[in-house]
Parts: sequence; C-alpha cells; structure tokens
Amino acid sequence: MTAIAQAPRSGTARPAPPAPGPGRRRRPRITPLGAAATVSGLVLALLWLLPLAWAVLTSVKPEAETTAVPLRWLPVEPTVEAYRQVIARGDIQQWLINSTVISSLVTLLTLVCCALAAYAFSRTAFPGRTPLLALLVAGILVPPQVLIVPLFDQMTLLGLVDTHLGVALPQVVAPVMVFILKRFFDQIPHDYLEAAQLDGAGHLRVLFGIVLPMSGPILAAVGIFTFVQSWNNFLWPFVATTDPSLMTVPVGLGTVQGAYGIQYAQQMAAAVLGAAPLIAVFLAFQRQIVRGVTDAGLK
Amino acid sequence: MTAPPAAGPPTGTDRTGSAPGPTRPRTRRRVDRAGPALVLPFALLFAVFLLWPLLAGLWTSFTDRSLTRTESDFVGLANWAELAGDPAVRQSLWTTLLFTLITTPPLVLIALAMAVLTQRAAGIGWVLRFSFFAPFLLPVAVVSLIWVWIYQPGFGMVNGLLASVGIGEVNWLGDEGTVLTAIGAATVWWTVGFNYLLYLAALQGIPAQVYEAASLDGAGAWHRFTRITVPLLDRTTALVVLLQMVASLKLFDQAYLMTAGSGGPDHAARPIIGYIFDTGFTGLRIGYASAVSYLFFAVIIAVSLIQFRLFTRKEGAA
Repeated sequence: MTAIAQAPRSGTARPAPPAPGPGRRRRPRITPLGAAATVSGLVLALLWLLPLAWAVLTSVKPEAETTAVPLRWLPVEPTVEAYRQVIARGDIQQWLINSTVISSLVTLLTLVCCALAAYAFSRTAFPGRTPLLALLVAGILVPPQVLIVPLFDQMTLLGLVDTHLGVALPQVVAPVMVFILKRFFDQIPHDYLEAAQLDGAGHLRVLFGIVLPMSGPILAAVGIFTFVQSWNNFLWPFVATTDPSLMTVPVGLGTVQGAYGIQYAQQMAAAVLGAAPLIAVFLAFQRQIVRGVTDAGLK
Repeated sequence: MTAPPAAGPPTGTDRTGSAPGPTRPRTRRRVDRAGPALVLPFALLFAVFLLWPLLAGLWTSFTDRSLTRTESDFVGLANWAELAGDPAVRQSLWTTLLFTLITTPPLVLIALAMAVLTQRAAGIGWVLRFSFFAPFLLPVAVVSLIWVWIYQPGFGMVNGLLASVGIGEVNWLGDEGTVLTAIGAATVWWTVGFNYLLYLAALQGIPAQVYEAASLDGAGAWHRFTRITVPLLDRTTALVVLLQMVASLKLFDQAYLMTAGSGGPDHAARPIIGYIFDTGFTGLRIGYASAVSYLFFAVIIAVSLIQFRLFTRKEGAA
C-alpha cells in the first residue's frame, strides 16, 4: 500500500537546528522569487484539493443534480439528505467503532511489546541476543502481502477469522518499530540508568520510571504512525473479515461500494464520513503527525 | 512547524560523554534473566504471525493445498513448474513493473517540487502542508470511491473538464489502454504526501547560510536549486526512490477497488498481488498461491538488494 519504513537507516534528516517553520521564516521582505513560489504553491495546493472538493460538493447535492451534464460545480439546492441516508443505514458508525477498537488495540500492543523488546535489546545481555535481533531486523524485509495466504490458513486453524483479535494481532508484528525504539534507547546516557540501578531499581522500574518518560516524542511518533497505518490497512482486514458488522472503515466502504448503487451523493457522503476522523486528528495534531511519519519513514 | 530532527535524546538530556550503547561493555549481568522475559511478548507474536506463516507458505508451495478440503499432498515442484509457464503470472508481473515505472518518477519529482515550494512560499506553509499531505491520510476505500466517481463516464469530473475544452469522452477505468495510468494518477495524488514530508524534513536540514553564500556569489535561483539543493538531497532522493519502488511493487488495494475486484478489462490492472489474491481466495488454490507469493517475495528482495547496492556505492563515493 503506502510506503512503509523498510529502509536501512539513513542519515537523511541530520539533527537539524530547530529551524523556524516555513510559515515563520525570518524573511525581511517578500522577494519576487518568494512571491512566485507562493503563487505556484497555491495553484498546486488547489489542484490537490480539487478531488476532495469535488467529493464534498457532490455529497451535498440532491441525487438528481449529481448527474447533470454539462458538469455543475455547485449544488443548486444544497442538502444533507445523502448524509442522512448513509447514517440511517448505520453501518458506517459500526465500521468507525471497529476501526477505532482495532487501531487502538494494535497501537497499544505495538507500543508495549516493541518497547519491552527494544529495552531488552538495548540494555540487557543474554545468550542469543545478537542472532535474535538479526532475525527480527531481517523480518523488516518481509512484505506483509507475502504472508496473506498462509496467514489466512493459520487463522482458520486458530479460529481467529472474523474476530477483532485476528485482524489486530498480525499488525502488531512490526520489527521496524523495535529497531527504531532500540536506536533511541541506545542514546540515553548510561549514567542515568546506572544511578537508578544502584538505588536498587529493577529493569521494569528503570524502563517505566526513566526510559519511557524520556522517550515521549519517539513513542508518540511510533504510536501515531502505527495508528494511521492500522486505520488505513486494507488487505489483511479485508481477507480476515467476512461479517460486515466486524469490518473496518476501509474494508466496509470497499465492500459495499456497490451497496450505494448509483447514488453518487450517498457514495461521496460515505467517503467524506470515512475520511473525516483522520483528517480531524491531523488538523489537531499536525505537528506530531508530520514528525511521526517522517521519523518512522526515515529509520 | 519545526523540522523533526532525527531521533535524539529529548532536549534537556545531558549528552556529554555518552557514546551510543551497543558497543559498551554490559555491566548488569546479574539481572540479565530479565532480557529474554522482556523480549518474549514481541518474539512470540513475531514467531506466530510472521515466521511461522513464512515457513508454512514455503512448505505449502510444494503441496496441492486447497481451501476446499482439509488434506493435501506433496506435489514437489509442480506448482513452480506451472508458475513458470503461466501467462497470467507473466502478465500480472509486467503490470506491476509497468505501474512502478510510471508512478515512481512523478511520485518523486512532484514531492520534491512540493517541498521546495513549501520551503520558499511565504506565510502559507501550513496550507500547503495540509493540502499536499491530507490525501495520504485517506483510507484506500475513500480514495477509490472518490476517483471512480471522478473518472465516471458521462458526468464525472475529468470527462466534464475535458468536454469543456472540447475533448471527447474517455472511459478511463474501462479501457485497457488507460486503466493502469488512471489508477496511477489516483495513486500519485493519494501517496505523494509521504515522499513530500521526507523531502521537507531533509530541506529543513540544509543550513540557510549555504544559500546565502551562493546568492552573494551571484548564483541564480535555478542555479542554486540544481547545484546546491539537488546534490545535498542526494541521499534523501535515493531513500525516497527505494521506498517508492518497493511501495509501488506492492500495488493491490486501489487497483482492486477501482476495478471492482475485476482487475480491469482483460486484467490490464491486475498486479501480482491481485493474482495471488485471485488464485488463493477466489480459486481457493492455496498451494499455487503460496508459490506465486514467494515469487513476489523474490522480486521485492531482488529490487531491494539492487537498490541497496547502488545506494551504498553512492554513499561510499561521496
């Protein structure tokens, strides 16, 4: 699907000086070049928003207006009838709940399991540590799509087909996240941890009392990236669920595309409702999400 | 918004004299039994949901396993022999490569252009960041719904716009010659935001003084772009190209949804994963689908290794 962090570590984003955002550049005056960039940027941005605008505009038209020829941009009689219809069907609410449950479960389990493992690889020594780490890192190379067929076979055996757990668990296996967290933990000065351990703190207390509190931004980055990826994951949830009441937003919308028939306003209303949650989250946490995606993508 | 620096200790951490950990001598052998226990949860999930299916899939590729019955027989290399002569494998593999070839250049170049414009544009940084990145956050089913509607013959947006300039109607998703390009265009719109963010982060890492010095030397804007920006973004570009090619080779979701699961006219938009899906879950031939899965795995590994070689050589030369 989308680009997933699979690259060997790169030094692309060198620790940059905390530069002011482009919006707040200390530019003494607007240069002709800056003005040209602003105009071209706006034109490109409008082009990029066009499909979204078209979807939203369609969704507030009465069905009869959606098929007007020649094409009309603005609705003559705007209405929220399509939204009312889609919401009355009730399944999109169910899918939103399912997606929220599954993505939260995946994110929580990923953070806990990966942080524990990363800490162990970073701060403890045990026999087999190096080969095990090498095995996990090699796992980064395995595209999840390769596993779909045997995984479905296995889930049938385990009785996990058509369960939220069956959809969630395979998504927790993201070795790249262990690797990202381990690299971060490696950089925490030893003195901190040694002092705590002299005071008699065990590994769990060091991890939860010192290491994790110091790792807020990277945990947020990993968590956000995992959540977005899980929210938008299509292939595995599609294969693993047949019961419409257990489907996630992408699977549900993908499967019932036909159910709205040629009701284009309803199709677009469903699309807008399916898109809204992450867009809203993005508007609220733009900074953290940009960082999350960049961090997880670059490692 | 500030550039996300590469993972470093949080600010306020005393960094003095702290070398990265892995090579340091371990001093806590007495509590080391904790190590395996902490690794266990992840290792268990890794074993059950990655390692086991990976090995099971390899084994299954040598059997005639089918979803329609419980027992299966060892058939040796029969699946692999069939795969070698299967025209559908060849077609879907070609479709996948073609899609990768036509989407990677725009996905890299447009992302770079967007990042440079965002960097230079005054005062509207957040508008651009939102516009360029927001599509990336859409679930694939939403993207497909919107673009199927946009390409709709008769009253869709693209044909409507073409009609207004006097160009005739094209059945974008229904024509063998245009379906893959149409899906490619939707994909560029949808995923370019990810590459854009990577470029944006890299651009913010280039010190302004470099440009100021070049300006004083009389270098024009284009000159600064080609002689400073592009070379300094070398490593980012290599990374973006690598990630993008691997991502494009994994085409399935949008191709499946935008063709309503049919793979397009004459399967012109059915990628290799689509063929795996069709043989495994429609044809129920798990054994054969496993063999095709491994072929796909081999292609991904081969492309990654080739690029990794090029990437490291470039780095060594720099």
